[in-house]
Amino acid sequence: MKHIVKIITLLVTISALWTGLLQMSLVPRSHIWLLPIYFIVALGCYGLLMVGIGLMRFPTCPKEALLLQQDISEAKEFLKQSGIDVGSD
Amino acid sequence: MAVAEEVKSKGGNKYSLIVPTYNERLNIALLVYLVFKHLRDVDFEIIIVDDGSPDGTQDVVQQVQRVYGEDRILLRARPKKLGLGTAYAHGLKHASGNFVVIMDADLSHHPKYLPSFIKKQQETGASIVTGTRYVRGGGVHGWNLMRKLTSRGANVLAHTLLWPGVSDLTGSFRLYRKSVLQDLIESCVSKGYVFQMEMIVRASRKGYHIEEVPITFVDRVFGSSKLGGSEIVEYLKGLTFLLVTT
Ligand SMILES: Nc1nc2c(ncn2[C@@H]2O[C@H](COP(=O)(O)OP(=O)(O)OP(=O)(O)O)[C@@H](O)[C@H]2O)c(=O)[nH]1
Ligand SMILES: [Mg+2]
Repeated sequence: MKHIVKIITLLVTISALWTGLLQMSLVPRSHIWLLPIYFIVALGCYGLLMVGIGLMRFPTCPKEALLLQQDISEAKEFLKQSGIDVGSD
Repeated sequence: MAVAEEVKSKGGNKYSLIVPTYNERLNIALLVYLVFKHLRDVDFEIIIVDDGSPDGTQDVVQQVQRVYGEDRILLRARPKKLGLGTAYAHGLKHASGNFVVIMDADLSHHPKYLPSFIKKQQETGASIVTGTRYVRGGGVHGWNLMRKLTSRGANVLAHTLLWPGVSDLTGSFRLYRKSVLQDLIESCVSKGYVFQMEMIVRASRKGYHIEEVPITFVDRVFGSSKLGGSEIVEYLKGLTFLLVTT
């Protein structure tokens, strides 16, 4: 099944539940009419929250940059001895 | 984070490292040295697919071949810049190993992680081991806030829409069983940046066993980026494409 079909199925199920709720009218209708909007807002908040958390917890590795510099000088040393042109800087 | 593991080739496994290059004169020799340093007891070859770099990358590769041997360093050049996706396919045609590692030449993919890829594969029997920057022990260095923001945004969007089952979709430091890579390359159509994402999403849909290992990613020190500014648009197009075709 194509992935888009899965997502559409999910959305259709949700709308079916929603129309079901509308018809049963257990709670005031005005509340139920607003549900899709809540849903979209919640989805947006979820996205923003995840991006925010991702940014705050973004894993960085400054040590690795230093280690890489060491590896580069070590490699250059060896390559120069083997007569390989490794650039001047 | 430091990886000082030792691995040995088991059961006659051979690893073909495919490294596409375009203007990587300053990086390629360093990369080769570091690969040999970290894969001492492993049977491997390095296949360099150079797209006619004007900076003399191929001259350096030939010098390196004289030191390490033409049977270990294979230069499989193409006449002009034809893009990354086809570079992998081209390298694969010349691969003699039963496993293939794909990595960048710019040292953002550090060869010290190669043993952990191989070890993970040996332990789990996975068909694909993919390097991920977004787990404990992984990380990125050298990105500004904007780059981090786009990366996180792209990731959240892709995870919400595609449910791919792997944490790092756009990373391209990966080990594949050769037959699996062949199958994936045949079924992937995207170009450029989206290609890596398509490969892993299709692999996950096809039910291949995928494992992850943490890697750190230090932004390139030498040379310049070859990615254009329309990256985001391409990415969104790619995402939509994957939604309707996988
Ligand atoms: N053969 C070939 N290699 C390429 C081509 N474009 C890029 N590459 C190589 O592919 C690898 C990844 O390219 P990069 O330019 O580092 O792309 P990136 O990592 O997304 O971007 P930066 O590291 O920020 O520059 C490097 O080893 C490049 O030399 C191409 O058209 N043909
Ligand atoms: Mg790079």
